[in-house]
Amino acid sequence: MFDRRLATNLDWVFVGLILLTASIGIVNLYSATSGGSTSFPPLYIKQCLWLGLGLLIMTATAMFDYRHLLHLGPGAYAVCTGILIAVFILGETNMGATRWIDVGLFNLQPSEIMKPVIVIVLAHYFTRHESPEGHSLRGLVVPGIILLIPTLLIIKQPDLGTGIMLLFIGGTMALFSGIRPKTLVFIGSAGVGLAAGGWFLLHEYQRARIRTFLNPEHDPLGSGYHIIQSKIAIGSGGFWGKGFMQGSQSQLSFLPERHTDFVFSVFAEEWGIFGALILLTLYVLIIFRGILVAHKASNNFGMYLTIGATSIIFWHAIVNLGMVMGLLPVVGVPLPLFSYGGTNMVTTMVAVGIILNVSMRRFMF
Amino acid sequence: MPLHAPLPDDEHRKRTFEWLLFAVAIFFILIAARLWYLQVIKADHFELLAQRNRTRYIPIAAPRGIIFDRNGEILVGNRPSFSVSVLRQDVTDKVTLIEDIAEILACDTDEIEKNWEKYKYFPQYSPIPLKIGITRGQVEQLSENSMYLPGMIIETRPVRSYPSDSAGAHIFGHVGLISAEELASKQGDSNYRAGDLIGKGGLEKYLNSTLRGNDGQLVVEVDVKGKLLRQRVKRQPTPGQNLVLTLDKNLQQCAQKELDGMAGAAVVLDVTNGQILALASSPTYDPDIFTDGISTSEWFELLNNPRTPLQNRAISGQYPPGSTFKPVIALLAASHPEISHTQQPIICEGKTRIGNRDFRCWKRIGHGSTNLNKAMRESCDVWFYHMSMRLGIDRLADMARNLGLGSRYNLPLDSEQEGLIPDRAWKRGRFNEAWYMGETAITGIGQGYVLTTPLQLALMTATIANGGTLYRPQILKNITSHTGEMDTEIKAEVLHQSNIPAGAIAQVKASLEAVVHDPRGTGTSCRIEGLRIAGKTGTAQVVRLADEDEKGISKEEIAYRHRDHALFIAYAPADNPQIATAVIVEHGEHASKTAIPVTRALLMEYFNTEKSGAATK
Repeated sequence: MFDRRLATNLDWVFVGLILLTASIGIVNLYSATSGGSTSFPPLYIKQCLWLGLGLLIMTATAMFDYRHLLHLGPGAYAVCTGILIAVFILGETNMGATRWIDVGLFNLQPSEIMKPVIVIVLAHYFTRHESPEGHSLRGLVVPGIILLIPTLLIIKQPDLGTGIMLLFIGGTMALFSGIRPKTLVFIGSAGVGLAAGGWFLLHEYQRARIRTFLNPEHDPLGSGYHIIQSKIAIGSGGFWGKGFMQGSQSQLSFLPERHTDFVFSVFAEEWGIFGALILLTLYVLIIFRGILVAHKASNNFGMYLTIGATSIIFWHAIVNLGMVMGLLPVVGVPLPLFSYGGTNMVTTMVAVGIILNVSMRRFMF
Repeated sequence: MPLHAPLPDDEHRKRTFEWLLFAVAIFFILIAARLWYLQVIKADHFELLAQRNRTRYIPIAAPRGIIFDRNGEILVGNRPSFSVSVLRQDVTDKVTLIEDIAEILACDTDEIEKNWEKYKYFPQYSPIPLKIGITRGQVEQLSENSMYLPGMIIETRPVRSYPSDSAGAHIFGHVGLISAEELASKQGDSNYRAGDLIGKGGLEKYLNSTLRGNDGQLVVEVDVKGKLLRQRVKRQPTPGQNLVLTLDKNLQQCAQKELDGMAGAAVVLDVTNGQILALASSPTYDPDIFTDGISTSEWFELLNNPRTPLQNRAISGQYPPGSTFKPVIALLAASHPEISHTQQPIICEGKTRIGNRDFRCWKRIGHGSTNLNKAMRESCDVWFYHMSMRLGIDRLADMARNLGLGSRYNLPLDSEQEGLIPDRAWKRGRFNEAWYMGETAITGIGQGYVLTTPLQLALMTATIANGGTLYRPQILKNITSHTGEMDTEIKAEVLHQSNIPAGAIAQVKASLEAVVHDPRGTGTSCRIEGLRIAGKTGTAQVVRLADEDEKGISKEEIAYRHRDHALFIAYAPADNPQIATAVIVEHGEHASKTAIPVTRALLMEYFNTEKSGAATK
């Protein structure tokens, strides 16, 4: 099923953007973990391995014709939801969160796999249920249920960040497929009502995070610490930055989780707004490229699939950036291609693979 | 199925994509705007916060100024005190470390562990002292084994050392950690922080700001856990200024030694300028006990000792001067012959009747015909009863004050007392009663209300010796910088110049000389070969103490407490006075038994020193 000619249609520019961003990420990781980390092998080496694995997964995802995914979707969704329920019941407790499940080689985060799966399932649904004048409320009941079951399970894990990500990704796809204005207003107001009600369903630490976001200075050494230190790191970087390996905030370990969620703060501190804007441009190019691929997709399923995959990267980037800059609450969302971590790398590369897949096959009808 | 259907590239879909691109752009523009705000607009603000974030400022204690005697001998210096401390970030095995250190120091592991727990709140980068004041031998042993004691460090801090042992503990005072109350009283003075060392008494307290210098600053870069990363000295500490005292170390030590075993005080003054050459109080204490922290039991022992070793008797002990007060009356009488009629002798019959009461002379059989000279050398009370009554209490009080009695001199020392020179006004103010003639008579022999400190008696003696010039007594000769350059020179200050006729002075001085050198004098035991000495003995009756009947006081103690105080004042050489002394021995009974030997030793020490000093010049 793999056609050699497809290689010529591979979006090398897109692959180049991905590799460039990931490489900058590894260099930045080298700096972020140079002070005091005793991990062996060093995290930046590990991240190289994750990138290698990610490229393999990307290639694998890009190779087979994405149209097969259409039929795989419901099954994958059922399996993943089953795993989430299993995790909910017997999940391994890790740092107070039952997010991981041991699958032998490494711990699997089922909520992460849910991201591409939900994209496939929703792409499937919206392809089957095209609605030129926009979806009505009734039309959104099924995708709503599809989306909310795993989302609630994930938030209950508790992993607010991934849950919200899932909601944003699904929401983006629904919005893209078209929603009637009246319905949109209704969902909007219902969402606000649910958010107010949901406050009481949140874990105390999740509420604390939101409170902290609203007023970080309230508890500068406690829950507000992360965001204050992050803002100091970014702000003190100034225009040109403090230079590679010279960020005092990062090198002196004032910045927490500087190799994962707050990795951008390290970059912004050491490279200034100059470097940060270049990095931002790379993400904009990646997203725009994704949208372009969706626009040129040979069919609606490919289009929806690409929109979903791109929205995975987009929302992770925006929420992470907004979070470390104090625009959004700290919800534990990694920066794609930049934050350390295998799971994040795999998810991102699956999304990249999907985009490449659709892009390669844009001339196939 | 729409899977293979052509793309709906209608206007609607195209607009959706346009909206999508627009929305993405908006989000990224928002992020970029936020970046601009943080990194450009607020850059300085965050840069400042970042600076503050990574650095901690730790004061480096400045060595306190050294206290020298007048000849440049160190009275109070600094020495390093070693302590074994722990830098927690480097510790691998706490239990083993504590055991090993305890073994080397030959002490309990509990003691070490207790200190560890006690200072646990210290920031991570700050070492915890496990045991302070360890010996050099222990330092060596610990250093040799430092490889096996990760986290153990030897800390050195300057502490006070006292080469002259306990001679002058009352003057120097000691240094201790600043208390919460002291800190509160220094409110607004940013130079004082919790954990500072501060003078707790004596010169250390009153000249604290001179002695303490300026602390240096250590800049320490730490990480978020307070773990030490780098450190550098930002400002070297400036040692405090040195004090050069007027004290003569040898004379001071001599006074302290001579008083050993007795309760009392000895003061030696330079009659030409009021400088204090020696100011000793006994019993004393070892100031070194405060250096590495005094234990509670030791402190209470000092505090509750019935002989009050913490009191500086030389300036805060108030005693009736007894017969040492008589030179005041003699000088007044000689200055006012028209009132006192000193040219006519007074017949002493062992007592005299004033009002309806007999006032006794110490010599029951009487002195017979007595003039000023005889009255002084044999200390005839009757002569002084008459003289003081003829002259009147107010004149007497004026003279006493002009000679230096009854006032405070604001020495930089603890609890200097004023003494008491009574007069009519004082009695009216104090008791709202008129002054009685008998009270004048009793004041004339230094009893009754009159109270003096040993320092005041020495000052009175010096003022008589130099012909009536009252100098402010000085303990501080000058203040020098830590490199030894003169910063402040303390000049002699004349407080009062009495207009006493030269004849009157000469007459009194001759009588004081007769006390020692006339065979009939009361102070003949003070004689020193080749030195003319003038002096006056005194015995002060002890006022019954309120706590005498308290239980728990032994018979010997009660007997001791009933004995009279012995006093002796002197100046020498008689013809060209250089120094004046005052010695009081509590319950010393007779001057010749106690106060005179002390004085004699002081004079010998001083004039021998002077001779050898002159020889080396």
